[in-house]
Amino acid sequence: MPEGYETVVGLEVHCELATATKLFCGCPNVFGAEPNTNICPVCLGLPGSLPVLNRRAVELAMRIGTALGCEIRPSVFHRKNYFYPDMPKDYQISQYDEPVNVNGRLELPDGSVVGIERAHIEEDTGKTTHVGATGRIHGASHSLVDYNRAGVPLVETVSAPDIRSAEQARAYVIELRGVLVATGASDGRMEEGSLRVDANISVRPTGSDILGTRCEVKNLNSLRSLVRAIEYEARRQVELLEAGGAVTQETRHWDEDAGVTHPLRSKEEAYDYRYFQEPDLVPLVPDAALLEAATAGEALLPSDRRRRIAEVFAAHGAEASAEQVLTVIELDLDQLVLDAVEVGADARLALARAANEAAARPDDARRLDPRAFADLVKMEHDGKLSATQSKTVLGALLEEGGDPADIAARLGYEALDTAELEAAVDRVIAESPDEWTRYVGGDAKVTGYFVGKVMQATKGRADGKVVSSVLAARRDEAAGR
Amino acid sequence: MSLLDAGAAAVAKAVRAGDVTAVEVIEEALARLDATEGDLHCFQTVLGDKARREAARVDEAVGEGRDPGPLAGVPIALKDNLCTHGIETTCSSRILEGWRPPYDATVVERLRGAGAVAVGKTNLDEFAMGSSTENSAFGPTHNPWDLSRVPGGSSGGSAAAVAAGVVPLAFGSDTGGSIRQPASLCGVVGIKPTYGVVSRYGLIAFASSLDQIGPFAPTVADAALALEVIGGGDPRDSTCLARPAPRLIEVLGRGVEGLRVGVLEDFVDDVSASCRRAANDAADALAAAGAKVDAVSVPEARLGLPAYYVIAPAEASSNLARYDGVRYGLRVEGPDVEAMNARTRAAGFGREVRRRIMIGTYALSAGYYDAYYGQAQRVRTLVTRAFDAAYERFDVLLSPTTPSEAFELGAKTANPIEMYLSDLCTVSSNLTGQPAISVPYALGDEGLPVGVQVMAPALGEALMVQVAAVLEQAAPAEARGPVPVGGRARGEAADGA
Ligand SMILES: [Zn+2]
Repeated sequence: MPEGYETVVGLEVHCELATATKLFCGCPNVFGAEPNTNICPVCLGLPGSLPVLNRRAVELAMRIGTALGCEIRPSVFHRKNYFYPDMPKDYQISQYDEPVNVNGRLELPDGSVVGIERAHIEEDTGKTTHVGATGRIHGASHSLVDYNRAGVPLVETVSAPDIRSAEQARAYVIELRGVLVATGASDGRMEEGSLRVDANISVRPTGSDILGTRCEVKNLNSLRSLVRAIEYEARRQVELLEAGGAVTQETRHWDEDAGVTHPLRSKEEAYDYRYFQEPDLVPLVPDAALLEAATAGEALLPSDRRRRIAEVFAAHGAEASAEQVLTVIELDLDQLVLDAVEVGADARLALARAANEAAARPDDARRLDPRAFADLVKMEHDGKLSATQSKTVLGALLEEGGDPADIAARLGYEALDTAELEAAVDRVIAESPDEWTRYVGGDAKVTGYFVGKVMQATKGRADGKVVSSVLAARRDEAAGR
Repeated sequence: MSLLDAGAAAVAKAVRAGDVTAVEVIEEALARLDATEGDLHCFQTVLGDKARREAARVDEAVGEGRDPGPLAGVPIALKDNLCTHGIETTCSSRILEGWRPPYDATVVERLRGAGAVAVGKTNLDEFAMGSSTENSAFGPTHNPWDLSRVPGGSSGGSAAAVAAGVVPLAFGSDTGGSIRQPASLCGVVGIKPTYGVVSRYGLIAFASSLDQIGPFAPTVADAALALEVIGGGDPRDSTCLARPAPRLIEVLGRGVEGLRVGVLEDFVDDVSASCRRAANDAADALAAAGAKVDAVSVPEARLGLPAYYVIAPAEASSNLARYDGVRYGLRVEGPDVEAMNARTRAAGFGREVRRRIMIGTYALSAGYYDAYYGQAQRVRTLVTRAFDAAYERFDVLLSPTTPSEAFELGAKTANPIEMYLSDLCTVSSNLTGQPAISVPYALGDEGLPVGVQVMAPALGEALMVQVAAVLEQAAPAEARGPVPVGGRARGEAADGA
């Protein structure tokens, strides 16, 4: 961000609810079916059809509201009117000025708090594919519409403009996704479109408390797009202002390939949605049973999980890397770490192995036997395996399961004793006099060279850190310190 | 006298007893349809062979000792805005021409389940927008009493089919008077039930918060029977009340002794002398039968019409958005999807429908919403409160149904406002959601039937029907259908007796 300016971001996150059926009909709510196979008169908006609200969708929406600390209120549905081919009724049933969840908050891992203005229920649209060379509407010969997604329940969570950077926006979406998954409301899969993000972005002079003119940026299909788009858009707006121009309030499209945003056609901007209360539905007044279901069996939220890890680490006098904690929670490996610690694994090392090596294969890692994982961590911690060996054994463990001790034996791993290691280091030093001179002279860049050579010589049985410390000791001797 | 003229209950009784076959009854109805259709144009679609097959199934059931239901073998007509599985359903609009719904409306299911047999889909003002059936894209329907007159609307085809004796029972929808006004103009009984008593599932929406389906019949008893069949909760319509259909047949003979009847005096200056006279005579008849009759003013009733003509078009503008050429019905191609939408809608909708879409779109627009739609909703609340207050003093209210007798075809087509005034006495019940019935009560100065309207509080169908049955007894037989096409010669008695 250029000096003197601050970015202000509010996010709208659309989340497809993991219900068995659609919001207003009995069609299956599934991803990836043959086009136009999960449809009926209601979700096709055929003349004479009427919507009937899915109770489970309401329950999930209220669970989200509960998890975000929202006030859950009686609500009504409105029609948002605009013509679009993938919208069967040419209006979307949504909640407007009386949404089910209002005034919540989401605390991020760094302790910052983002306000939640609302989290309301609405129906999804179908999907249009433009057939032609570019896949864009211009130049397409015709378009195909798949209505399988039409009428799928969504909850749109609207944050306050409390976000101040692209990184914070990223952290917010990850945290919110964790909440949505924890409540059972969503599978959280951004790549399948079950989580979609729009960003309202503005800039203002640092220290100002007046909001600048915002642009809404759409088509943010990944966290990477989100971060890049916010950074780009903030820079664009600052450059505009610096050049004496003004930001126009408009909707802009993120072009992932070009790395730029550009305005959507003005025609699409001109919509007047003519909201009015949906006369085909009655106001939604949650009964006691629904309220009970929405608050019962409180979900284990990401913040709860962070707290849990912090407590366990504190009890073991260990310090947890915040980044590794976020990774294991995001990948659902925090329980593995806690279980391993429970049976005696070193907390810091268990976390590191889970957040790095296990995290590279999260599906296998989630199936890992915590006791086997704990045994592996203990072997490494006790020096029975070098770090490199430990990682190799973990890889095999993820691949095929089993007992880490057996795997280590099979691989011929046994810890190097110090004398053997020192001999190897000395041999390598003798073979590379020039590099050694540079190293002794303070050129840290050749450290890697020596560690690599020693690893080679010991066939990976050495521990990199131990090698480094032996090298440092030899250097100090050579330098006469 | 033909069995068909004896009414729906009599037909069903004879069919259930095996005294006559449903096939015979349906053949007679189809023959009458055939004989009158050239003059009247009641029907958009005639279901000859399908009706014969269904009738045969009814007879089969009787033959096997199964009860086909309370409307066994009764020929019925369905307004062409009620979805019928596999049968073209047009709303009398070019935009839906050829569209065959993949499902039946709930009322259609229930009627079939009760043994009724649909012989056709009836003509209406396009998308039920109108008061004369002249807005049909497929030509107007004529009033059987006088072929130069309109049957009223929008359910004109259904009203005229009953008035001409083609069917003893027909169904329509009432959004601002579309059952009661044509019932009055055609000399038959028409009921607009309490909002939520009859499922709207499968009724092609005009204005969702106002639309209700109801029956036409020559008699109060048959209309009541029909409402018992089609009424009752439906999980497919969230606005349908989760309660059984009202019990009406059992109250028919109860009389009006001690009932408090309010005679609404607010329309006195807006209606013709014959309509005024009919309502006053009806009041006298109720008093003579033991009711406590008093004049009452509900001034807010006059506010109903302008509020209605904002709310109904507003909802219609949204309900009719889906006719965009993308999925079904008419499509007129264009260079892009927006042009295709616009051309399809310009070609597919008639003038009145386009007018109301524009009015409704305007009324909901940013900057105008509060002045129009918001204000109309506030008026709606006022009207409802005013009627609720009146029902604290009265069990039912009585008024003219229409401002005039049936008017000449073409008389009001040039002036939409004048046409809209046809709904003056009926729209309030739609705004309040309360039930109302029109009962033929007199022949007017122009020799045409004039109805009176009995209104009741929400879910007051039984009281309303109870009063209507007494009025029916007091009314001259010459005031009600069926009539021969072109009307009865002066002095000819009703019911061919
Ligand atoms: Zn569906």
